Amino acid sequence: EKTRSSFTSKVNDLVKRYRKVDEDFFEELEEIMIGADVGVHTVLDIIDDLKDLARTKNIQDPAELKSAISEKLAQMLHKGDSDGTLNIQSDGMTVILFVGVNGVGKTTTIGKLAHQLKNDGKSVLLAAGDTFRAGAIDQLEVWGQRAGVDVIKHQEGADPAAVVYDSIKAAKARNVDVLLCDTAGRLQNKVNLMNELEKVKRVIEREIPGAPHEVLLVVDATTGQNAMNQAKTFGQSTDVTGLVLTKLDGTAKGGIVLAIRHELDIPVKLVGLGEKIDDLQPFDPDQFVYGLFSFNEEEEEEQE
Amino acid sequence: MAFEGLADRLQSTLQKIRGKGKVEEADVKVMMREVRLALLEADVNFKVVKDFIKKVSERAVGQDVLKSLTPGQQVVKVVNEELTALLGGEQSKIASSGRPPTVVMMVGLQGAGKTTTSGKLANHLRKKHNKKPLMAAADIYRPAAIKQLETLGKQLDMPVFSLGDQVSPVEIARQAVQKAKEDHNDYVFIDTAGRLHIDENLMEELKQVKEAVKPDEILLVVDSMTGQDAVNVAESFNEQLGLTGVILTKLDGDTRGGAALSIKAVTGLPIKFVGLGEKMDALEPFHPDRMASRILGMGDVLTLIEKA
Ligand SMILES: Nc1nc2c(ncn2[C@@H]2O[C@H](COP(=O)(O)OP(=O)(O)OP(=O)(O)O)[C@@H](O)[C@H]2O)c(=O)[nH]1
Ligand SMILES: Nc1nc2c(ncn2[C@@H]2O[C@H](COP(=O)(O)OP(=O)(O)OP(=O)(O)O)[C@@H](O)[C@H]2O)c(=O)[nH]1
Ligand SMILES: [Mg+2]
Ligand SMILES: [Mg+2]
Repeated sequence: EKTRSSFTSKVNDLVKRYRKVDEDFFEELEEIMIGADVGVHTVLDIIDDLKDLARTKNIQDPAELKSAISEKLAQMLHKGDSDGTLNIQSDGMTVILFVGVNGVGKTTTIGKLAHQLKNDGKSVLLAAGDTFRAGAIDQLEVWGQRAGVDVIKHQEGADPAAVVYDSIKAAKARNVDVLLCDTAGRLQNKVNLMNELEKVKRVIEREIPGAPHEVLLVVDATTGQNAMNQAKTFGQSTDVTGLVLTKLDGTAKGGIVLAIRHELDIPVKLVGLGEKIDDLQPFDPDQFVYGLFSFNEEEEEEQE
Repeated sequence: MAFEGLADRLQSTLQKIRGKGKVEEADVKVMMREVRLALLEADVNFKVVKDFIKKVSERAVGQDVLKSLTPGQQVVKVVNEELTALLGGEQSKIASSGRPPTVVMMVGLQGAGKTTTSGKLANHLRKKHNKKPLMAAADIYRPAAIKQLETLGKQLDMPVFSLGDQVSPVEIARQAVQKAKEDHNDYVFIDTAGRLHIDENLMEELKQVKEAVKPDEILLVVDSMTGQDAVNVAESFNEQLGLTGVILTKLDGDTRGGAALSIKAVTGLPIKFVGLGEKMDALEPFHPDRMASRILGMGDVLTLIEKA
């Protein structure tokens, strides 16, 4: 990972520059976290906890607090039982529904995941449930070709629920292991579009008991606080089971997933690290926390 | 609760400090704590927030309080005015070259809305200004990117220039401009592939496109939901390419859109248009005053104050 390897730790730097755990130290720590899009409220909660800890354990040396900071954050991401792996059925078909706002990386992630599942020996089928955006069906078809899996599609403008219905039929007939359903990007405040999505989900529920086995909300790491609204609203409409955090190959940190985990307890399952078919990885909380506090060499030079 | 209760919180803060003729430093301090939180919740970059608060505090202290306002409201008034001023005037103009075609290059991160906005802008110029634009498909990387632009072209009945995905974007741009000259198109919109500002190869490619066709406008298309990273993206694109303006997309959502302020503060570039939907007519001029109250997230408080 190019963006991680060249990093020095901001916390290390912070720890080096402060001799004492004082208000200034906490203020700077606060800024680092806000700068990573963690979100004000979550940051204030974290800082309060750390201050408590420093007080009760009488920690004065910043170095001593360092591991507590990372631990605290990683702990927040580990919370709950889920270990972050995808719920793939060992018996019978698995259906995964992808949802999210416009342009976050749903279709691309489906292409990457199809490739990965196929490499794991699964048979995979894709449902072209975005019948709205110009070129969306063709885009998914290109990914289908790359991954070597078929795509079930209708015309542009068709009812997405009908596409998904036909895809399930086809998946059953072909006895495939995993069906990945693409949907059109939609902003969470568009009530009619959210209703449309609920309908798609209901079709899946009706046709296969226990499905969808995952509803993955794709979140762009560049996104700020709005991702919380996304998680809330998509969560209400479709019972989101996990997040895919895309575009972590950029300079954005995606810290909002900490707040989402903190407030809504939705785990991150996968991360996107580029536009190529192999650029998808399981989420690693420790590595993520390390990334939150790191900065690239360019910034480092600037500071010198 | 991230966005709730801000107006309420400010209101109650406002209540506490009333009945004085001048805004005192202590009042400003109390208010600025809330304003700082509001701006951070709206995704304004924390460094930009710091500068802004400092500047506004200096101006607010010692102000005479208007008769109809409380000192707290007076402070909010100042904040709102400064914010609006910082966001800039209304500049929804696209350059027009003395020697057509005017060349407009669309750049930005992946998925920001470049292709969609190319269609919207071309549509806007034809409808509102009687222009005859050509769109050029210079994204050879994203699967079906050319198809996407061609579909939009068909919807709009607008010509799209393409050489497939085996020709370099530099060559596509060059030939598109040539074609526009021959066909007497007065605008060319070059839709480029999304890329990270830290991707050296792809940024170099944009520099070469720029060199080849000397665009009159290089517009950075930015997703209005962007968080703290907006400053890095905008600064970096601007440094490497010399941008002429910004377009904010997806403002039809419920984001507060603090990225607008961050970008304006670090680059000084005009925000020219905003995208308000996926359809080809969902484009509007940028209004700094509306953006300011959206970022502050207290439309009600502001209406109250404006009436004062
Ligand atoms: N750098 C980077 N780009 C990505 C990543 N994932 C997706 N992209 C790019 O982001 C853009 C949008 O991706 P899509 O897969 O089309 O997103 P989507 O959510 O399906 O978009 P809509 O269907 O329009 O809502 C494309 O240019 C992708 O190549 C990632 O992890 N890193
Ligand atoms: N709701 C809404 N959606 C928008 C707006 N502008 C663009 N979109 C949607 O955002 C998604 C991405 O738009 P594109 O035009 O493909 O973005 P792009 O920057 O060309 O993407 P890449 O070429 O992959 O980098 C699509 O689903 C668009 O329909 C807007 O103003 N509002
Ligand atoms: Mg898609
Ligand atoms: Mg595009």
